[in-house]
Amino acid sequence: MSQHEAAMHRPSVHESAHLHVTGAARYVADLPGPPGTLWALAVRSPHAHAVIRGIDVAAARAIPGVYAVLCAGDIPGHACWGPIRHDEPLLADGAVHAVGQAVAVVIADSEAVGRAGVAAVGVTYDVLEPILGIPAAIAAGSFLDDAPHVITRGDLDAAFATAAHVIEGEVASPAQDHFYLETQAALVVPEEDGTWRVFSSTQHPTEIQRAVADTLGVGANRVVCEVPRLGGGFGGKESQATPFACMAALGAWVTGRACRMVPHRDEDMIATGKRHPFLSKWRAAVAADGAILGLDARLWADGGWSLDLSGPIVDRAMFHVDNACFLPAVRIEGRACRTNVTSNTAFRGFGGPQGMLVVDDVLRTIAEVTGIPEADVLRRNLYGDAPRDRTPYGQAVDPTRLPRVLDALDARSGRSARVAEVAAFNERSRWVKRGLGLQAVKFGISFTNGLLNQAGATVLLYTDGTAQVNHGGTEMGQGLFTKMRAVAADALGIRPESVRVMATSTEKVPNTVATAASSGSDLNGAAVNDACATIVARLRPLAIELVGEDPVFAGGEVRGARGAMTVAALASAAWARRISLHATGFYATPGIAYDRAAGRGTPFFYYAYGAALVEVEVDGRTGESRLVRVDVVHDVGASLVPTIDRGQIEGAFVQGFGWLTMEDPRFDAAGRLVTHGPSTYKIPASGDVPGAFYVDLLPDADQPGVIGGSKAVGEPPFMLAIGVLGALRDAIRALRPGRSVRLALPATNENVLRAVAG
Amino acid sequence: MPTEITLRLQINGEQVRRIIPANRSLLDFIREDLRLTGSKHGCDVGDCGACTVLVDGAPQLACITLAAECEGAAIRTIEGVTDGGGLHPIQEALHRHVGAQCGYCTPGIVMAMTSLLEADPHPSDSAINEALGSNICRCTGYTKILAAVREVARPGSPS
Ligand code: FES
Ligand code: FES
Repeated sequence: MSQHEAAMHRPSVHESAHLHVTGAARYVADLPGPPGTLWALAVRSPHAHAVIRGIDVAAARAIPGVYAVLCAGDIPGHACWGPIRHDEPLLADGAVHAVGQAVAVVIADSEAVGRAGVAAVGVTYDVLEPILGIPAAIAAGSFLDDAPHVITRGDLDAAFATAAHVIEGEVASPAQDHFYLETQAALVVPEEDGTWRVFSSTQHPTEIQRAVADTLGVGANRVVCEVPRLGGGFGGKESQATPFACMAALGAWVTGRACRMVPHRDEDMIATGKRHPFLSKWRAAVAADGAILGLDARLWADGGWSLDLSGPIVDRAMFHVDNACFLPAVRIEGRACRTNVTSNTAFRGFGGPQGMLVVDDVLRTIAEVTGIPEADVLRRNLYGDAPRDRTPYGQAVDPTRLPRVLDALDARSGRSARVAEVAAFNERSRWVKRGLGLQAVKFGISFTNGLLNQAGATVLLYTDGTAQVNHGGTEMGQGLFTKMRAVAADALGIRPESVRVMATSTEKVPNTVATAASSGSDLNGAAVNDACATIVARLRPLAIELVGEDPVFAGGEVRGARGAMTVAALASAAWARRISLHATGFYATPGIAYDRAAGRGTPFFYYAYGAALVEVEVDGRTGESRLVRVDVVHDVGASLVPTIDRGQIEGAFVQGFGWLTMEDPRFDAAGRLVTHGPSTYKIPASGDVPGAFYVDLLPDADQPGVIGGSKAVGEPPFMLAIGVLGALRDAIRALRPGRSVRLALPATNENVLRAVAG
Repeated sequence: MPTEITLRLQINGEQVRRIIPANRSLLDFIREDLRLTGSKHGCDVGDCGACTVLVDGAPQLACITLAAECEGAAIRTIEGVTDGGGLHPIQEALHRHVGAQCGYCTPGIVMAMTSLLEADPHPSDSAINEALGSNICRCTGYTKILAAVREVARPGSPS
C-alpha cells in the first residue's frame, strides 16, 4: 500500500457527520411511515405490585380514532418475552410487578387520540405489598437466580489469620437512567402475504425479529428488522427495545396498517430498566505494607421484577471486583435480587463498574488504616509476574500493560508535581480544597457467554468499484460504521468514500448478537474483513493475469508486476468472466470458555486497560464540587479510528462521572419513579465537564488477534470516572485530616457535605 | 376535538399557511405537518434542547411552544440554517471536530450556537457554556462540541 495511505489507524470524521450536522440523519421516529400509520400507546401500571381484577376497555374503544385495545389474551402468538428467560409478559396477565408495566395497548390514529384512549381504559387492581430495595429482597429471600454464583481461590482463613489488618466495608451504588437522547422507538409496516417490516431503535435487531415473530406467531422468515441508526443506546436498547416493537407489531397485526410506538421521555424513564443498583459487603485481610492478602466479597444486584440480563450482569460485576489488583485468596459471591421495580438492564460497563467499586473501597480503607496514600496502595496491589498474574477465576493478565499505562499517565499528568501543587493550594485555602484521584481500569472484553462471540457480514462489490457493507452491528453513535468503512476499504483496496455501510438489517445478515459488550468492532470488523478477503481472493487470479504477479489492492487501484488498473476495471472484468463479486464473512472469537459451577475459566479474549488522574475542587461549606482537570491514558490497541476512540473515552468518562456524582434516580415509598424527566434527573451539562481534559492513547499497543491490532473501547473508559471518588475523598480529607471518609453515592453536593461533616 | 386555527408563518424563508389544531406544538407542526424532521423530540418538556429552532432569530424550544403562538413569525430550522445549502461555520466545525456521535442532539446544538454566534461572533467561554447549558448531549461529554464552538468564536486561538 505504498502510494496510498490506509483508511484504518487514521483520524476520520464520523461517517454520518454530514447528516448529523444538517439534521438529515434519520432516526426511527423520523421515518414517515405509509399513509395511515397508526400509533400504539401503552396503559401502564401505577402500582408496584397488584392483582388485576378487571380491565374495562369499552370506553376507550368508543373514542373515535381508537382502532383497538389489546390485552394479554389478544396476543396471537407467544405472550412473554425476555432476552434469556421468557419471563416478562408483553401485556400483564393477571398481575403487575412494577410501576410502568404494560397492561394493555391502545391503537389509535394519532398520538393524542391514543393518549385519550389510554386514559379511558379502566383497570381495577388489588394492591399488594411490594418488595423494594436490596435489603428487603434479601430479607424476603426474593431472588431471580436459583443459587449464588461463587468464585473462590486460595486459603482465605489463613489470609485472615496472618493479616496485620482485618478491615471491612459496604458499598451501595445507585441506579442510572440511560437517557439516550432518542427515546425507544419502533415502526412496524405490514407487507404482503403475512410479512412484517420492523424499524426499531435497537441494539439487537435479531432479538426484535425473533420476538415480533413469536408475538405474532409466525416464522422468523416473515419478519425483517431494520435499524437506520440509534440516537444513543448505552445498553438501554439491548433487550428493552423489544416490547415497544412487539406492541407496535400487535397494532399492525390487528389493523393491517402500519403502526408506530414512540414513548415520550417520562414514559420511557418510567417503563424501562436502569443500571442495576448494587449492594456489596466485603472483608479484607491486609499486610502491614498495604498488600491485600485476602478478600471476601458478597454482591447483590437489584434486578427488578424479571430476569432480563441480570445474570450476566452479576457475573461481570464479580469478574471485575479485582479490577487492577491481584487478590491472592479470594471468595466472591453474587446474586440478583427480584424486586418490584422495572427490570434493570444492560448499561455501559454491564456490572463492571459496580464490581470495581468494591476494590476501590478496599483500597480507600487500606489507605486510611495504614496511612499510605491511595495511589501507592493501588501500585502495591497491581497484578504482577506469575503467580501474581491470575484473576480470581484463573485467567492470565499481562502484568506489563497497566504499569506502562500508569507510567505514561504519571508523565502526561505530571502527577508528582501536581500532588505538591494540590497540597500547596490546600495550605492556602481554608474552605475550598482540591484533591487528586488516581484510577486504573482493567476491563474484560468479550461476551462472557462464549457462544455470543460471533458475527457475520455481507459485502457487495459493484462493477464500478464501489461497495456496500452489511454487518450485524448497529450504529448508535459509537462510530462502529466509521470503523467498518475503514476496515472494508483497506481489505478491498478501495477508498473509504467508495464504501457505504448499510443500515443494519436481519435480511442482510441473519442470526446476529446484540451490539454490546464493547465488542461491536472486534466481532463485526473481523467478519467484514473475512468477507472482503473472500472477494479479493476471487479477484486475485484475474488481477495476476491482467497486471502481473503480486497484485496489491490499495486506494482504488490494483498494482502488479506489469502494471496497474482500477478496482472498478478489475471488478468489471471479473463480472464479464462470471466471477461473483459478493461474499459473506463470519467470525467466532476463539478460546472463550467459562465454567460457572467451578468459577473458573477464560471468559475474556483480552483485557482493555486505562488510567486517569482526576483533580477536583470541593467547597467544604456547601459540598459543591467541580472537576478541575482530567488526564487519561487509555489502551485501545492500535486504534482503528483515533478520533472516534477519543470521543468514546471522553463521552464514557463524563457518563461515569454523571453516575457517580449527580444522577440520582429516586423512587417513592410505593415504588414510583419520581425523577422521570431532565428537570429532576440531572445528567452532566456542558458546564460540568472540566476545561482541562487530556486524553492520550497508549502508543505501541497492538493487540494480537484483533482486527487491525485494535481493542474495544465503548465501555472501559466509563470506569475511569471512579477516579472522581478518590479525588473527592482526597479533597474531603484535606478539610478534616486524619479521619475516615464515608462518601455515599451518588456524590451529590448533599452527600459530599455529609461526608465533610461525618 | 380541539379548535382549529389557520396559521400563517415563514419557515426557512418560505411562506406557509396551514389549518391546524389550536393546541398543536410547534415541534409537531414542524415535524408532522411540514415533515421537517431535523428538529427532535428529546424530552418534550423544555429541558434538553433537542427541539431548538429560531423564532424571529431567537432560540426557542419548539416542544413547549404552541404553533399558534408563531403566527406571522419567521422560523428557522436546521434544514434552513444556511440559505444556499452550504454548511454554516458551526456545522462545519462540529463536523470536523467529531462533535456529534449519535447526532441526535446536534441539530438543536447547531441552532442554539448559530443564534449565539449571530448575536455575538466572539462569545467568551462562559457565554458559550451559558448558551449551551440548555442543550443536553449524552454521548460526547461535550469536549468536542466546545472545541468546535470555541474555534468558530475565536478563530486561530487554540481550542
Ligand atoms: S424536546 Fe424540547 S427541550 Fe427537550
Ligand atoms: S451526540 Fe448523542 S446526544 Fe449528543
